[in-house]
Amino acid sequence: MTRAALLLLADGRFPAGGHAHSGGAEAAVRAGRITDAASLEEFCRGRLHTSGLVAASLAAAAALGADPGELDAAADARTPSPALRAAARRLGRQLLRAGRATWPCGELDLLARRFPKGVHQPVVLGAVARAAGLEPSDAAHCAAYESVGGPATATVRLLGLDPFDATGVLARLAPATDRVAARAVRAAREALTEGVDALPAASAPLLEISAEAHAAGAGRLFAT
Amino acid sequence: MHLRHPHDGPGHGSAAGAAARRPDGTRRALRLGLGGPVGSGKTATVAALCRELRSELSLAVVTNDIYTREDAEFLLREAVLPPERITAVETGACPHTAIRDDISANLEAVEELEDAVGPLDLILVESGGDNLTATFSRGLVDAQIFVIDVAGGDDIPRKGGPGVTTADLLVVNKTDLAPHVGSDLSRMAADAKAQRGPLPVVFQSLREEAGVAPVAAWVRERLAAWRA
Ligand SMILES: Nc1nc2c(ncn2[C@@H]2O[C@H](COP(=O)(O)OP(=O)(O)OP(=O)(O)O)[C@@H](O)[C@H]2O)c(=O)[nH]1
Ligand SMILES: [Mg+2]
Repeated sequence: MTRAALLLLADGRFPAGGHAHSGGAEAAVRAGRITDAASLEEFCRGRLHTSGLVAASLAAAAALGADPGELDAAADARTPSPALRAAARRLGRQLLRAGRATWPCGELDLLARRFPKGVHQPVVLGAVARAAGLEPSDAAHCAAYESVGGPATATVRLLGLDPFDATGVLARLAPATDRVAARAVRAAREALTEGVDALPAASAPLLEISAEAHAAGAGRLFAT
Repeated sequence: MHLRHPHDGPGHGSAAGAAARRPDGTRRALRLGLGGPVGSGKTATVAALCRELRSELSLAVVTNDIYTREDAEFLLREAVLPPERITAVETGACPHTAIRDDISANLEAVEELEDAVGPLDLILVESGGDNLTATFSRGLVDAQIFVIDVAGGDDIPRKGGPGVTTADLLVVNKTDLAPHVGSDLSRMAADAKAQRGPLPVVFQSLREEAGVAPVAAWVRERLAAWRA
C-alpha cells in the first residue's frame, strides 16, 4: 500500500460529490447554532462522536471485507432520516464511480453490479480503500475526518468564516479524530465475528431532524 | 461545422463519463453544456431550445443551480418539457465544481435521465451562472455553449477567458438591449473573432423574431455529427 493513495482518497478534491454537502452545517448555521469558530468546533465534535463514529466503523468493516449488503442494512438502521439515507446512497454511487475509475478492480465492479441503486457512502469508502490497497484504519480515518472536514469547509462558505480558524478547528479535533478511528476499527473487527450489531449506533437526533427540515426547505446552498 | 478538437469525438475522455455507448450497447444522448455569467440568458435559451426541438427530438435537461432548484423550477413552470425530463443537480454553492472539477453528480443525473425516460437524443446541461473561467469538463459534455449578453458589458469578448475563447459556440444574447445599454455589437463581434479564430459566434435576441433559431440550427448540426 502507499501513503499517497491515502492522501488521494482523503483529499477534499477527490471527485466524489462531497463538495455539494455541508454535513448538516448549513441547517445549523441557519438555526443559529453555528455562528463562529467556537460553535463550529462544538458542532464538529458532536458530529465526530456520533455519525462520524458510525461512518468510520462502517468504512473499517467494509475495508476488512464484511458483507456490503449487511453493512448497508446496518447503515440504514442507524440513519433515521430518509433524506440522509438517500443522500448517503447517492454519495455512495458517486464515490463508487470515482473509485472504479481511479482504482479499477473486480471487487468494485461487483459492488456496482450487486447494488445498482448504491450503498451508503461509508461502505463504499471502505471498499474503495481496500481497492486502493489501504488498511481498515485508513478507511476509518477518512470517514472520521470527512465527518468534520465537510462541515468546516461548508461553514467557510456559508459564514465567510476565516479559513484559518476553520483549519484550526480541524487541527484541534485531530486527536479526537484519531481516537474515533481507532475505536471504529476495534468495533469493525468485533463485527466480523459478532455480526453488524456490534457496530456503534451513536446517533445525533438533531442532525437527523434538521436534515429533514433542510431537505424540505427552499433556497439552500448545500444538498444536506 | 468546424470541430475544434478533432480528438473529442465519441468515445474520447474518461471511461465512465464519455463512453459513446450505454451499457446495453445503444448510443447515448449527445450532451451539450450551457455556461456563462449570471443572468445572461442560459435558462431562457434552454427553454427556447426545448420548445424549438421537442417535436423532433427526445430531450432532457439537467440544471446546476446555486440556490438549488431555481432554474429547474422555471423550466417546470414554463412547461417546456414534462417534469420527469428535468433534473436539478445541487452544487454546494459552486456550479463550476459540479460541471468541471467533480462531475460525479452530473454524470449520475444524465444516466438516470437516460434510464428513466430514454432513449434520448439530446441532454442539455445548464450551469448556474458563474465566472468567466467556468467551463464544462469534457468528461461530462460533448460540446459546450457559452452564453454572454450585451448588457453585461461589451468588453467581455475582449477580456476573453476559457469560456469565451474555447467554447464550441459563443452566444451573445439580448442584442435587443444593445441600443439601451450602449453596447457596440460590431466591436463585440471583432473581439470575439480575435479571441476565437474560426470558432462560431451567434448574436441572439430571444425577444425578437429569429429567437433561438440559429443556435437550434447549430445544435442540429452537432447532433448530425454525433450520429454520423
Ligand atoms: N431583453 C432580453 N432579455 C432576455 C433575453 N434572454 C433572456 N432574457 C432575460 O434575462 C433574464 C435572465 O435570463 P435567464 O435565462 O434566467 O438567465 P440565466 O443565464 O439562466 O441566469 P442564471 O441561471 O441565474 O445565471 C430573464 O429575465 C430573461 O427573461 C433576450 O434575448 N433579451
Ligand atoms: Mg439559469
